[in-house]
Amino acid sequence: MAEFNVRADAVNVEQIMEQIRARIREKRGVDYTEEQIRELAAVKLEQFLDPSGLRSDLLEEFRRARPAGDAPPMPNFAFDDTTLYDTHRGPIRWIRRLLNPILKLLFNPNPLIQALHIQSRLNTMQVEAEARRRARDQLTFEVLHNLVLETTRMGIQVKNLTMRLESLASRLEFNERRARALESAVVYKPEPDRSGGAQRQPSLQERGGELARQRPPDAGEGAPQTQSTHGAPPQEGPGQRSRRRRRRRGRRSGPPAAEVMAGTGSTPDTQPSFSEPAPAATTPPSASWPTQEKADATPPAGRPDVAEAPAAGSRNDDPGAQNE
Amino acid sequence: MKLAIVVQRYGQTINGGAELHARYVAEHLGRHAEVEVLTTCANDYVTWRNDLAPGVETLNGIPVRRFRVSRERDPHEFGRLSQRVFAHPHSLGDELRWLEAEGPASPSLVRYIARHASDYDFFVLFSYRYYHAYFGARAAQGRAILVPTAERDAAIGLGLFPPLFRGVRALMYNSHEERAMIQAAAANASVPGVVVGIGSQVPANPQAHRFRQKYQIREPFAIYVGRIDQNKGCAELFDHFEGYLREQAGRLSLVLVGNSLLPVPGHPRIRHLGFLDDTDKFDAMAAADVLIMPSYFESLSMVALEAWALGRPVLVNGKCDVLKGQCLRSNAGLYYESYGEFVETLRAIEQHRWLAGSLGRNGRQYFRENYDWPVIERKYLDMLTRLAKTPATGAIEPLPNWFERRRASRAPADEVLAALPTGPAAAVEPERMRRGA
Repeated sequence: MAEFNVRADAVNVEQIMEQIRARIREKRGVDYTEEQIRELAAVKLEQFLDPSGLRSDLLEEFRRARPAGDAPPMPNFAFDDTTLYDTHRGPIRWIRRLLNPILKLLFNPNPLIQALHIQSRLNTMQVEAEARRRARDQLTFEVLHNLVLETTRMGIQVKNLTMRLESLASRLEFNERRARALESAVVYKPEPDRSGGAQRQPSLQERGGELARQRPPDAGEGAPQTQSTHGAPPQEGPGQRSRRRRRRRGRRSGPPAAEVMAGTGSTPDTQPSFSEPAPAATTPPSASWPTQEKADATPPAGRPDVAEAPAAGSRNDDPGAQNE
Repeated sequence: MKLAIVVQRYGQTINGGAELHARYVAEHLGRHAEVEVLTTCANDYVTWRNDLAPGVETLNGIPVRRFRVSRERDPHEFGRLSQRVFAHPHSLGDELRWLEAEGPASPSLVRYIARHASDYDFFVLFSYRYYHAYFGARAAQGRAILVPTAERDAAIGLGLFPPLFRGVRALMYNSHEERAMIQAAAANASVPGVVVGIGSQVPANPQAHRFRQKYQIREPFAIYVGRIDQNKGCAELFDHFEGYLREQAGRLSLVLVGNSLLPVPGHPRIRHLGFLDDTDKFDAMAAADVLIMPSYFESLSMVALEAWALGRPVLVNGKCDVLKGQCLRSNAGLYYESYGEFVETLRAIEQHRWLAGSLGRNGRQYFRENYDWPVIERKYLDMLTRLAKTPATGAIEPLPNWFERRRASRAPADEVLAALPTGPAAAVEPERMRRGA
């Protein structure tokens, strides 16, 4: 947790919340609120999702389709065989009952009563079915709503993860290139013969024991001296300039790799010469480094792990550190 | 001075927010004035069934007069009317039917107030949204003081209530946010009002180690106290805390105190202790590192105030304006509005002891200055004295005529609510400002 810049005797909740939010932004990137996710789900879904997938206006359409189902329930009536003659006025009820036989002489009300009774029951069943359908619709809506929200959330997460993956891949690639550049810089060059002739190049095994105890002299001094003994500037092969640039960049970004890799104890007069003179900051300490395959498999004994050295010298480039 | 406290339910075992609030106020004002409680026979706030006997009884030295509820609540009818008035254009008649369907409809209580209004100096009515407060305030004939206990829900958008807020003698608000919301809805800034809230009886010396010993809890923990319910934001709390545990973001466990209406996740670092008595509850809060209050709707969180009284920091849901406002005004708690903020704020309180300590100290100070019982009593007494000196100027506007009540001219309450201002309110009391000026 980042430290708060607030003194204990003057707590300001707003200020602390600002710091916490800044911390969240730094740590998690853009943090969408629930409202923002809802807004995205309703409006800009297609920007985050596969166009062949969910439709962004699905919820809107569902909402438009629903008002018909939200209408208040239709009124129903209760109907039985006495309903036709019902009244709240007592005398009228009595007269109707009295005249009922005469009415029945004129027409038969029973089929009418029966039909209306059936209709009443049908209405009741319809209302019940409607209520069930509404409940189901509500459930469907909720499922749909949650589905759209979750899909949007997942879309955003996938996008974030893809970006993070791309970032990690590019960092990995950069580190690999850097490691290769450092390894290519330790090609051993035979020590020049002071009498003009080339000395026999000692084998790596011969030099190994000696150079393991050595350390490059003070940065920037040893290598130019070696150059001056040749009396001519070194020949730059193809790619050497860019390698040198990369080394300089590496030197700026952290402590000298040599220090990290070699440890102490070497003396200037035992400085090995390399094919390209370089400041000690990026000069590998020993010509006894194994080949690339060997280095990958087992780092030389008695040294810090060579595979870790560049990362230690360039801590700012560590993707893991940034993603914490 | 003779006061009547009018509330929907009243009793020792009734622990609803407004009801407990009313009981505490009645018992504390009982030391300074003659207080009588007028209430219903209901015990259950869903059905308003007449569970208790009508008549007068005495509870903790306060006479309580109960009246029968004329009809129980029909949940289907209430739901249908709620849907109508909250979501559709409607008439005043619809709103009155909604109010009656909500209950507790007790015409005998209202009749008693109308008949005996002159026997009391003031009627302190609790919970604006219920039948007894709406009709009781009209019956009190210029002696009504309202304790609205309003939350940010659709009922505040109904057209019934602005005349009530404008017509009572005074309003005793629970929070600055509540006052801002009601003043925006009813334009009643001219009505005397003060943010009072409620005190709490916090023991002077709670024993944290006693709780740890009794419940075998050794690790540091965050605590939630209250009903474990979806409506209280507990589902979101569980989601967030499980994420916190998955991320291994810290060492805190979660201890839940209260009855559960929601399945509690089965994780060894989430412990549900059920309902605890006050001693254990305060011991638990004293032992906790932080109190979490995940509710979206609170008019005043007593639990948060109790945590502050015990010098504990709180972590609240920032989407609740009242809780967020309390944290900002007191500088005694942090708030979260997303999962990321929940984890980081919890971790900040857990890992920075100075921060937790400073928040707790600020909380204790805030409680002492604003919510200690002497402060609350003084605010009530000041208001009563002030009102007793000034005659009542206006009355509640009369209900419109028969035709007007049936005209579907009222906007859906949800729309009205959405238009009201949101966010934490300013902390400065306008009255104090005026006095200072």
